[in-house]
Amino acid sequence: MFKEMHDLFRWAWLIPALPFLSFLLIAFVTKRSKGLSSTVSILAILTSLGMAIAIVIGIIRSGAEIVEHPVISSVNWLNIGGLKIDFGTVIDPLSGMMLFVVCLVASMVQIYSLGYMHGDKGWSRYYAYQSLFASSMLGMVLATNLLQLFIFWELVGLCSYLLIGFWYFKVSAREAAKKAFMTTRVGDFGLLLGILFLYTKFGTLDFAALSAILNNNFQDIALIGTASYVTVMAFLVFMGPVGKSGQFPLHVWLPDAMEGPTPVSALIHAATMVVAGVYLVARMYFLFDHADPIALQFVAGLGAFTAIFAASIAIAQDDIKRILAFSTLSQLGYMMFALGVGSYSGSMFHLMTHAFFKALMFLGAGSVIYAMHHKQDIWEMGGLWKKMPITGWTFFIGIMAISGVPPFAGFFSKDEILANALHNGHPIIYGVGLFTAFLTAFYMSRLFFVAFCGPEKPENHPHESPWSMTIPLMILAFFSVVGGWAALPEHNFAYFVHYLPLGHEFEHEAIDWGLAGISVLAGLLGIGLAYIIYIKKAIAAESIVARFPRIYKLLQNKYYVDELYLWIIKYVMGGLANVLYWFDIYVVDGIINGIAFITRGSAKTLRRTSTGQLQTYAMVFFFAVVVIFMVFAFGEGQLTSLNPLATLGGVK
Amino acid sequence: MVGTVVFFIFAIMAIAAAWGVVTSKNIVHSALYLVLSFFGIAVLYVLLNADYLAAVQLLIYTGAVSIMIIFAVMLTLRGEIRESNPENRSWGWGALVSFLVFIVIALVVLTNTDWRVLPTPWTSGGSAADLSLLLLTKFMIPFEAAAVLLTVALTGAVILAKGVKESK
Amino acid sequence: MNLSNLSVGLSTYLLVGAMLFSLGLYGVFAKRNIIAILMSIELMLNAVNINFVAFNRFIWNQKIDVHYILTGHVAALFVIVVAAAEVAVGLALVITIYRNRQTTNVDEFNWLKW
Repeated sequence: MFKEMHDLFRWAWLIPALPFLSFLLIAFVTKRSKGLSSTVSILAILTSLGMAIAIVIGIIRSGAEIVEHPVISSVNWLNIGGLKIDFGTVIDPLSGMMLFVVCLVASMVQIYSLGYMHGDKGWSRYYAYQSLFASSMLGMVLATNLLQLFIFWELVGLCSYLLIGFWYFKVSAREAAKKAFMTTRVGDFGLLLGILFLYTKFGTLDFAALSAILNNNFQDIALIGTASYVTVMAFLVFMGPVGKSGQFPLHVWLPDAMEGPTPVSALIHAATMVVAGVYLVARMYFLFDHADPIALQFVAGLGAFTAIFAASIAIAQDDIKRILAFSTLSQLGYMMFALGVGSYSGSMFHLMTHAFFKALMFLGAGSVIYAMHHKQDIWEMGGLWKKMPITGWTFFIGIMAISGVPPFAGFFSKDEILANALHNGHPIIYGVGLFTAFLTAFYMSRLFFVAFCGPEKPENHPHESPWSMTIPLMILAFFSVVGGWAALPEHNFAYFVHYLPLGHEFEHEAIDWGLAGISVLAGLLGIGLAYIIYIKKAIAAESIVARFPRIYKLLQNKYYVDELYLWIIKYVMGGLANVLYWFDIYVVDGIINGIAFITRGSAKTLRRTSTGQLQTYAMVFFFAVVVIFMVFAFGEGQLTSLNPLATLGGVK
Repeated sequence: MVGTVVFFIFAIMAIAAAWGVVTSKNIVHSALYLVLSFFGIAVLYVLLNADYLAAVQLLIYTGAVSIMIIFAVMLTLRGEIRESNPENRSWGWGALVSFLVFIVIALVVLTNTDWRVLPTPWTSGGSAADLSLLLLTKFMIPFEAAAVLLTVALTGAVILAKGVKESK
Repeated sequence: MNLSNLSVGLSTYLLVGAMLFSLGLYGVFAKRNIIAILMSIELMLNAVNINFVAFNRFIWNQKIDVHYILTGHVAALFVIVVAAAEVAVGLALVITIYRNRQTTNVDEFNWLKW
């Protein structure tokens, strides 16, 4: 069985290749025809989805074997001097899961876009970018070494830029695209440094090889110097995820990225690209394991902080997409701190379930926006459930999932993370996670109650979206319901996707129902509070705002982080730029101009020696004779042997 | 003894005349001082037992060259005669350099012990017969070359002085 | 003062030559009229001649085979010949320039100037 699956796995490279082929076709061949472009793109992604499903089934059938022996097939790409880089695919449970998630969400989003982007002038361009993104993300997931991963990482960033700025005639979209690219660039710089550092120290960038080196030889090279190198490498590599996955200081691009079309936000900024950072940390987990514990503590602390930071901002936002964006940031924080506290399986499981319900909610929000003729403020919506039942019910499922209510998907993953946090000895992080769960439930329910329930506004004429948009909603809702059940069987999710530290055996952890109950309680409390405020109106939202006006303003303005960055750029970087400009103009240019000036000045002076008058020349000539005589007569060294006095017989 | 006195008189005359050549403001005076200097040098040649050379000096220098110079002066004289031979702006530098050159040469001459010789009785001829013997045997080629040179110079001078006519 | 001991040696003649030479050099540097410069050149040539003849008189006082050593005289003779030719051509040039430019002022012959 494994042998046949092995052959199938060898064809895994087709999965990213087909969307890439579709991109080329759309860009060069079918650009004029809208129908052909979308058909080619959707066919490609659906084929990739089929292959991904086949691979996942193959993985499940292979059982424990594939966990211990991932299938790696690669070809040698570069062999320059000592640098040997391969290009290939690695099939193990982690990459299988990611393949399935990415293909599913991408195909749902592309089908949804048939309806959402109807009538848009850039239709072919949109589908070309979508295909390129799908192929890049799939390529990254299948990467066997850090360089290949980095190449696709950057490609994914490029597609994000192109798609955020898709409506390039809008200034806000252009600015948001630039902001996204530049902010992630800051993180990518650290990642590149980490890659270079790894290469110079270990001579290879291959994941399997690096893991082997670190696991097997670490006792030999556990000198103080080398151990701290590994910690530095871990921090540097982590910089990339800080940028790409929107952890605290570099989170500013994600809310602005909502300028792009909603399906793009669903695909890239909810389900797939932003989790690339989390995926990278998971792939390089052996590095973090062998580094000083402070590295993982930093990851955990930053993740937890991001979670609660983003959640607190979300409760004061009014734009439906912004609320979802901050929710994404918060959940990414969850995934990050899960990795930090050692809950590898929990983090990956949450990655999968989050992809389902967040994409679902974004597509639902897109459906609402489409029906409201592109109005996005939740206070201008109301009572949409009646007129848009499918959207309403699927969105409701998403709310339940993210709030951690059983039996929906979010319950199992979130609970696993929190339980691992407490069991691995991080009570503060557990507390933060629990409170964030409460906040999450609160603001998501707030969104739902305000937008879908309550009285209708007379100026809106909502109607249900076309089938092309509602079918993906229903499929994603299905997965949001059943996705969590992957934690239940004997060979559950953690059985396949886990990290084994050196010398440990895999232990099957049972679900801690006590802690699970507490987190469910937190979620229900959040929903209940939102119900009281927004449905029953027992406590008026305005009175809370009136009691804490400054806190409300702080939250609504996202803690003024953007303003702080602008200030830094304008004054610190701008000041530095002015200093360097002055240096360039006066010192560097001064040297060049000075050389030219000296040349010109000396030429101006020296030309006076060409008087044209022979008497002057004769005078100089005889003066030289005198000088030479002086040198010979009174000088030192070999010249005096030519002393004319001596040659003439006279001795001084 | 007589030789010494004569030497000093005529040496001083030659040098004083040379001084006059270069310091006089009147170019005709300069030319005449030049003649005087040539004459003094001719006497010095006689004191050095170079009879034939003294005669040549008088014939050619004082007789021909000086006349040519005076002719040229007359042909190119403009303006005031008394101001016709001024010094130029950098005569100070010129004086300095020539003085330095003199010092250099004087140093060489005075510090060379081989040259403090007194005259021994002259036995080496110096008449026209002796010179012609040398010129036509040992120094044949320079002699012929000098002849060619003179011919060429003569022709050149004639052409230059005559001017080139435009061909019709 | 015993004048009989005052004999004039080689170095005296050489000094005379040196003085004439320097005076001629000064004339070359400091005079504006081109004919004055030519005259100064003649002075320098004469000084050189004195040197030649003086050396011949004091140092080469002998006879080899048939010839006397009169090399200095011969050299001085040739100098005189060349000087005469040079003066002739030079003055012809001066006259030509005078015809064109109406001046004998060396300061104005500055076509090699920058």
